[in-house]
Amino acid sequence: MSGVRVLVGTRKGAFVLTSDAKRQRWDVSGPHFAGWEIYHVTGSSADSDRLYASQSSGWFGQVIQRSDDGGTTWQPAGNQFSYDGVPGTHQWYDGTPHPWEFARVWHLEPSLTDPDTVYAGVEDAALFRSIDGGQTWQELSGLRDHDSGSSWQPGAGGMCLHTIIQHPTDPGRIFVAISSAGVFRTDDAGKTWRPTNRGLHSEQIPDPVAEVGHCVHRLAMHPSRPDVLFMQKHWDVMRSDDAGESWQEVSGDLPTDFGFPIAVHAHEPDTVYVVPIKSDSEHYPPEGKLRVYRSRIGGHEWEPLTKGLPQNDCYVNVLRDAMAVDSLDSCGIYFGTTGGQVYASADAGDSWTPIVRDLPSVLSVEVQTLP
Amino acid sequence: MIRVRLPAHLRTLAHLEGEVQLHVAGQATQRAVLDALESRYPMLRGTIRDHVTHQRRAFVRFFACEQDLSHELPDAPLPEAVGTGTEPFLVVGAMAGG
Repeated sequence: MSGVRVLVGTRKGAFVLTSDAKRQRWDVSGPHFAGWEIYHVTGSSADSDRLYASQSSGWFGQVIQRSDDGGTTWQPAGNQFSYDGVPGTHQWYDGTPHPWEFARVWHLEPSLTDPDTVYAGVEDAALFRSIDGGQTWQELSGLRDHDSGSSWQPGAGGMCLHTIIQHPTDPGRIFVAISSAGVFRTDDAGKTWRPTNRGLHSEQIPDPVAEVGHCVHRLAMHPSRPDVLFMQKHWDVMRSDDAGESWQEVSGDLPTDFGFPIAVHAHEPDTVYVVPIKSDSEHYPPEGKLRVYRSRIGGHEWEPLTKGLPQNDCYVNVLRDAMAVDSLDSCGIYFGTTGGQVYASADAGDSWTPIVRDLPSVLSVEVQTLP
Repeated sequence: MIRVRLPAHLRTLAHLEGEVQLHVAGQATQRAVLDALESRYPMLRGTIRDHVTHQRRAFVRFFACEQDLSHELPDAPLPEAVGTGTEPFLVVGAMAGG
């Protein structure tokens, strides 16, 4: 019987939640790596038993953990992330040059076909790849060496590369997103990159339509339609129908178009989910009501999903890597909050249940649909 | 025999309990002790000092014999009591909340 494994990264450890396909009763294991910040835990689509976790600490730095048995046991892998050559500088918050310094791994993205190949998006923004199961890491420095690299600047959370999306059939094409630089695309497996931000408008930068400098919070793609991308930006929900060549705003009737995560239904490529947040300084839901918004037509028109979610006095946030979907027939949607709840919907968002409610602040949620 | 006492998070990472006992050839220095420690427990590389520069991480301190040795040169001799194993060499996470 099929089942679901939800991988949760929190400020103080990782948790693995498992259920059968009914998704009604959940077993919780953890905390794994107790006391450490777990920015991301994820699994290989080529081998569901292969998991990777980014474990970090202000005291002891970065550790990468790897599991070969679905999270029952873990082994430390390689943790040396050295920028290629002389790293140079990027812009600091005040516009002055600041040396590139590795801080942590925000996001791990295993290859679609090889469990030993995994990409890492790091702060200060760069993309690394391992082809030996996480033992050694090499920077794909063509990204950071882009002409615009010295002008990139951090968002409030640091200058992080947080999104990595691989084309489902073209191994040369990868999209990444950086706060606050924007979206970049490679068509040669990471050797060269170009910004793909035309159509974005950000009033927080000197030229609101600049090629680079936008605070993109998250991208999502449905694998059946890889030229269509959805974006939650600092402000604005955006859509591209041409693989990032151009973007159009699809915020439509959302109560606020600020937010962090965005996800696409597993079987309906035009069904999209966001969690509107009041503003860039008020990181909680408008009116204290936690609402997921769903569009069935790829944006513009959105419906609030509230059944089972707190509709009074709720002031949590949902971070950019903290929403995911399963691929069971009735698509499951999952998200975690800074208040430590993980909510799940087994009916595509119509109703929600907290499957665990008192974890440390949730940084990331990933879902594996198990055979 | 050099005795090394690690903070709880690093003991967990290295899958060990209690103190570490290390043989260090020649003069006992911070560098020699940490080289021996990382050689036996490779997963600790990068968690106490930088992989490449071997600079101590900012929030890690080294104590021994009720002294703060964090700012001693890496090749400076450690106190004799550490070298003889009478006193442990302490790797400590800085008191920084959290």
